[in-house]
Amino acid sequence: MNWDTEFAISIIPRLLEGLAVTVQATVIGYAVALVLGLVVAILRRMDYIGPVVFVVFEFIRTTPVLVQLLFVFALAPPAVTPLTIGITVLGVHYAAYTAEVYRSGIEGVAKGQWEACRALSLPPLRVWGAVVMPQAIRKVIPPLGNYLISMFKDTPYLFAITVGEMMFVAKAIGTEAFRSMEAYTLAGLFFLAVSVPSAVIIRRLERRYAAV
Amino acid sequence: MDFFLNRFPVYLDGALITLLITVLGSALAFVLAMAVGILGTLRNPVARAAATVYTEAFRGVAALVLLFWFAYAIPQITPYELSPMFVGVLALGLNVGAYGAEVVRAAINAVPAAQTEATIALNMSWLRRMRSVLLPQAWAQMLPTFGNLVIELMKASAIVSLINVADLTDVAGRMRASSSETILSYGSALVMYFVIAQLLIVGMRTLERRANRRLGRAPARGSLLDLLRPPTPGTKVGTAE
Repeated sequence: MNWDTEFAISIIPRLLEGLAVTVQATVIGYAVALVLGLVVAILRRMDYIGPVVFVVFEFIRTTPVLVQLLFVFALAPPAVTPLTIGITVLGVHYAAYTAEVYRSGIEGVAKGQWEACRALSLPPLRVWGAVVMPQAIRKVIPPLGNYLISMFKDTPYLFAITVGEMMFVAKAIGTEAFRSMEAYTLAGLFFLAVSVPSAVIIRRLERRYAAV
Repeated sequence: MDFFLNRFPVYLDGALITLLITVLGSALAFVLAMAVGILGTLRNPVARAAATVYTEAFRGVAALVLLFWFAYAIPQITPYELSPMFVGVLALGLNVGAYGAEVVRAAINAVPAAQTEATIALNMSWLRRMRSVLLPQAWAQMLPTFGNLVIELMKASAIVSLINVADLTDVAGRMRASSSETILSYGSALVMYFVIAQLLIVGMRTLERRANRRLGRAPARGSLLDLLRPPTPGTKVGTAE
């Protein structure tokens, strides 16, 4: 059995629809991860709550996202769509990573900055909003960007919980037409088409912010 | 508890498959990372281009896509049907190896330039320079990231359950189907994954300490618990109080 170009072209629109779902899940899930990660990073600095949050997110971080997806999917009421479950689980899973990134950024702020805030007796909200976060965020932009790409590459897992993203479409095509080669190869190429340019953009950002 | 105790042997079988894939996949990834990473530090532009193509291609494609491509697409155009275990190790090794190659390249390039200059002044061959000067120093820097990558690979190995390898995830799925105890069946698997991850972390930390000691750097002292995850959440570099 050889490569069938005509067939390959005929399935492109369906795969692109799947890619749109993949991208959508990535973007929303990433937004969840960015916000929740920051909350987790701040909670982790607190007494009592901190260690609990740490252990919970350590557990989430060191166990497979695929199993987490299957787990939540099996428990969720039927009214919740698989896409919602997928986006939530991916977002929470990646929050465990982004929290670490924020933490390193916050800890990287020079000690003198904190001392200066204290000397000026700034209120905590201004300490965080005007001094610590602006410095921390700038440093963490490159690693956060890398997690956007890894998240994009983890969205195929959503196929396991019947979300119609690109892998799901590719598998469906393979089953209907008894031709997997074209579907999976194109899926791979589409992945490259999104992730390689994103990697280039992020590297450029990295260079720009590293210089600051 | 009864649920887990009764089924422990089955879960253990799954965990062993997961560990086996992790070890073999990591071994493949390590060899690829070293080879491609060193290729990326050469001055020869062809070698560097080859290294870049490998890293970008295998980092850019999701491991799941690679897995399905090897498992379902390859048998359609070639007469070869690869065994699911082999496909799993191959897909994970190629994928993680690409990340590792970047780590190796960056670590070698981060060794102070004076070290390379000294080896040139001493008229060392390229092989000698790599083996006795650059790699031992780069090694200590690579290890922490390698540790993370091994955990990533272990977690990603859950996808082999989708091509019918009887790993931990697959066992959990079967247990759920037969008992309909969702929380217990998946929860047990998650706990076992967590335990495996902690074991891997301790192993990698031990290697790190040894590498640093061999370079004459102060070894991070402490007990087994310290190996688990420094820096702990208690380390606050600066606080407002």
